[in-house]
Amino acid sequence: MKFTLSWLKEHLDTAASLDQIVEALTRVGLEVESVEDPAKVLAPYITAHVISAEQHPNADRLRVCMVDTGDGKPVQVVCGAPNARAGMKSVFSPPGTFIPGKNITITVGVVRGVESAGMLCSAFELGLSEDHEGIIDLPADAPVGVRYVDYAGVDDPVIDVAITPNRSDALGVYGIARDLAAAGLGSLKRHDLPPIKGNGACPVEVKLNFASDQKNLAPAFALRLVRGVKNGPSPDWMQRRLKAIGLRPINTLVDITNYITFDRGRPLHVFDAKKVKGNLVVRHAKDGDEILALDGKTYKPDPSVVVICDDNGVESIAGIMGGEHSGCDEHTTDVLIESALWDPLNIARSGRALGINTDARYRFERGVDPAFCVPGLDLATKMVLDLCGGEASEARVAGEVPAPEKIISFPWSEVKRLTGLSLLVPEMKAILTELGFWVSGNDKDVKVAVPSWRPDVEDKADLVEEIMRIAGLDQVEAVPFPREIAAVPKPVLTLIQKRTRLAKRALATRGLVEAVTWSFISKAEAEVFGGGKPELALANPIASDLSDMRPSLLPGLIKAAQRNADRGFHDVALFEVGQVFAGDKPNEQTIAATSLRRGLAAAKGLGRHWQGAGALDVFEAKADALALLEALGIPTAGLQIVQGGPSWFHPGRSGTLQFGPKMIVGAFGEIHPRILDALDAKGPIIACEITLDALPPPKARPTKMKPKLVLSEFQPVSRDFAFIVEKNVAAADILKAAQAGERNLISDMTVFDVYEGPGVPEGKISVAIAVTLQPTDKTLTDAEIEAVSTRIIAEVQKKTGATLRA
Amino acid sequence: MTDLSALETELVNAIAAASDEAALEAVRVAALGKAGSISGLLKTLGAMTPDERKEKGPLINGLRDRVTEALTTKRDALKSAALDQRLQSERVDVTLPLPQSPAARGRIHPISQVIDELTTIFADMGFSVAEGSDIETDFFNFTALNFPVGHPAREMHDTFFFNPDEKGERKLLRTHTSPVQIHTMMSVKPPLRVIIPGRTYRCDSDQTHTPMFHQVEGLVIDKGSHLGHLKWILAEFCKSFFEVDDVKMRFRPSFFPFTEPSVEVDIRCSRRGGEIRFGEGEDWLEILGCGMVHPNVIRNCGLDPNEYQGFAWGMGIDRIAMLKYGMPDLRPFFEADLRWLSHYGFRPLDLPTLAGGLSV
Repeated sequence: MKFTLSWLKEHLDTAASLDQIVEALTRVGLEVESVEDPAKVLAPYITAHVISAEQHPNADRLRVCMVDTGDGKPVQVVCGAPNARAGMKSVFSPPGTFIPGKNITITVGVVRGVESAGMLCSAFELGLSEDHEGIIDLPADAPVGVRYVDYAGVDDPVIDVAITPNRSDALGVYGIARDLAAAGLGSLKRHDLPPIKGNGACPVEVKLNFASDQKNLAPAFALRLVRGVKNGPSPDWMQRRLKAIGLRPINTLVDITNYITFDRGRPLHVFDAKKVKGNLVVRHAKDGDEILALDGKTYKPDPSVVVICDDNGVESIAGIMGGEHSGCDEHTTDVLIESALWDPLNIARSGRALGINTDARYRFERGVDPAFCVPGLDLATKMVLDLCGGEASEARVAGEVPAPEKIISFPWSEVKRLTGLSLLVPEMKAILTELGFWVSGNDKDVKVAVPSWRPDVEDKADLVEEIMRIAGLDQVEAVPFPREIAAVPKPVLTLIQKRTRLAKRALATRGLVEAVTWSFISKAEAEVFGGGKPELALANPIASDLSDMRPSLLPGLIKAAQRNADRGFHDVALFEVGQVFAGDKPNEQTIAATSLRRGLAAAKGLGRHWQGAGALDVFEAKADALALLEALGIPTAGLQIVQGGPSWFHPGRSGTLQFGPKMIVGAFGEIHPRILDALDAKGPIIACEITLDALPPPKARPTKMKPKLVLSEFQPVSRDFAFIVEKNVAAADILKAAQAGERNLISDMTVFDVYEGPGVPEGKISVAIAVTLQPTDKTLTDAEIEAVSTRIIAEVQKKTGATLRA
Repeated sequence: MTDLSALETELVNAIAAASDEAALEAVRVAALGKAGSISGLLKTLGAMTPDERKEKGPLINGLRDRVTEALTTKRDALKSAALDQRLQSERVDVTLPLPQSPAARGRIHPISQVIDELTTIFADMGFSVAEGSDIETDFFNFTALNFPVGHPAREMHDTFFFNPDEKGERKLLRTHTSPVQIHTMMSVKPPLRVIIPGRTYRCDSDQTHTPMFHQVEGLVIDKGSHLGHLKWILAEFCKSFFEVDDVKMRFRPSFFPFTEPSVEVDIRCSRRGGEIRFGEGEDWLEILGCGMVHPNVIRNCGLDPNEYQGFAWGMGIDRIAMLKYGMPDLRPFFEADLRWLSHYGFRPLDLPTLAGGLSV
């Protein structure tokens, strides 16, 4: 919402400076976004007399002018404007002047061999208008050598304030002045406007055509005819203000409606009465309704839009925009002025549906003052009569102006309860009164009547805000906020919160870099990773590749890896810990921890290296997965690693992590080449995914004591066994069988060699394991060790069909 | 006795001349082995008269002892020389570079780091952390938060919607973390203090907006907390978070549907050469919105606004990360460019604590 300082002073009697006003506006909640003070920018420009204008010797389109700038020493200026001529008065900028319209600073220069010491300026160059057809042509009686801003009166600072959606009352300069007066910046001027009687009834009738339960769509419609007007350009002062706030003056009748819209927050509409056929009917739009609106576009309003029609059809979209057909132009002699009330929600919906943003819609959807409906018509009538002449009819008011009585029971103590502010009752009462509230009662509890222009005030808390913002938020003192109990704070994080944090740190210590990728991916990508459910597809995605909630973090990470590769960074180690979606219910959103490696990006080092390249295989992904589980303190004793994983992994180079078939916690492996193709990514890429929510919780323990440390006095012994098995026998099964062969003594087992080739039959492999036996009560004899070995071998043979390698 | 001294000279010379342990061993065997020269002399002692033995014994034994010692000394010297030689040959080029360690390469995203920082500060003030799902209902995202249906304030949120279900209800992506306020108030009996960090979405995308971003909000509900407390919390938070001794803050009346009174907060800063410094300068920078929880919101959660009161505030996590750590643009936060992540990310073990400081 823009306005100028002089405009504000129409309503506010104040001695405050611009800076004080700006500061106060922000203080009371009308945040100043910008202040443009043309006097500062335009100060160097002076009025000047062009003594002579001769043809430039070297350029057809240029003239060499001698310019009198008021000090009696004419300056030579080269000018390209077609209208530059001897004897004219114009505006001169001396060297060193900044030209806002061109964003340059003038210097003394030589133009085609002729010196030029300044510039004659167009209104465009001064940033005053779009007109750059020629230099400013001042009237012949203009003084020479005075500041142009003073002469032209364009020194009016423009203030732009951001009005929050609740403050429809501040969408008019008058409402802003009211706030400033309440804040002590001056006094609000009274504009008593005696109702305009008019002569004879308004010949055009108005019918509000709505069912009884929809009368709220058009509660009241006031109309008046003014006959015999002369509609030309509006007066300078009005044009200047309209231009200053960015509006284009059209003609007096239209400019009056725009002026009152901004002056009082009261949108109006004017019809050329001679183009209106018959009476006006306000109704829902019908199928087939069409209107060429004032913006030059044709609209087909849907039936929930309210339109104003005559016998010709739709003449105006209620509260949003008028029609071209019945618009007023310089030929208008009879004008119908409309001041109406509309339903804010319907205006908002209609405006959105039609895609029209106007100053009228903006105000109606936020709520205009119903009580000003008829006075607004009178004000407009008076301005029309004053500026265009003519004779007014009586006003015709269809419907009824609602006069809601909103009264709030208000204990003054609410202010202290909610803000901590201690204010005196008279002070609080004065604030409310200045803002137009009516306070009755002298007790601790009073009744407060809300003025008609404040639809936003409904509750005690709203009144507290009014008092607080005018008294000044800086008066609210910061009060230390004590802990609920005076004690060392207890830990606050939940298990999943702790695991989420720790997972990130754990993966990062493995050389992985944390990424945060979009929660939405393309439908095709979602489908490939087991997603793409209809309930997870956005109805209004911002782009087609951001349309579906991600079922996995992998698509985002794979694409990110490829983007890095495309930039020349081929060795990529990324991870993300974030939400994935299996459905639209809250419990279907889980936290996944996912790592991805591409190129030469092993944990031990990136890229090629003299110690060996950081080449990747599935075991690097497995290592990431296990490192994560171990860092989270998940006991891995019961963890099973099952060959194979979800369909997006290489079937032979992937594994599933589970604590039993019904408790799958994740998977790892090489990404399936077909999936990479589908994502336009090059591999190989290895990855691991773990669902943090699926991990078992730690066992509850009564104390923090660790289990007693039991150390054996007896030395462990180690025995190696090499088994020859079919290639498809899993190493895990060999270890499991070995474990079954000796339940008590085995303290550790490891696979130390896997071999296939000469010496091992075709189709078989040799798997060598080392078994550590830890005696607890006595040193093992050779015979005992032999017995254990025999049992282990027998068990492995039985379970896996292995033979001991000779 | 010339024999003995000649033998000694001969042996000493031979020991000195031995160039390796094998040569030395040969000298030892020749002197002290079974058939060695000194062994031979020692054997003659048995056949001597006591007087002869008394005279020759010490001489021969002395010779044996001296030669033995010379052998030992020489052997030690040779061993030592051999070791030196071996070590010389074992030289490696220690200037060969090593790969950067995993912990030096790994990075934590600034958003995660800032969430950890926030949590650390507010946990100390007794706040716990509440979270909610990204997919929400209209009721929790808007209606319960006092956004009237069709109100312009609702439109300002640029909401992502899902398709309507069979009942005609359409879910949405939460446009702010505030729905979690409602879930919390409905499930936890006051007094309560929570912060709510999380992902939020609006269908808006330009230089300064991304369709997904992160917010954190705070909520206090009890029977006495007021704006003065909120002012204190925010001032303490800003000092602690930005790690400065003093911040100047400006509180402006504003509007949010779910708070009344509503306030926006600016902090004083200077901007020079793209660098923002707090606690100095002439500029104001908007940093957060806050206010007293609207009585309708308290009522919507089944509590009596005349009995319970409290405040809430909300701010952009990405934004305060940018302000503190100087990233110029928002979009790269979500582009996973390794160069950006390595530069602006944090080392894996840079854990923010109050005891050790939030940042290094």
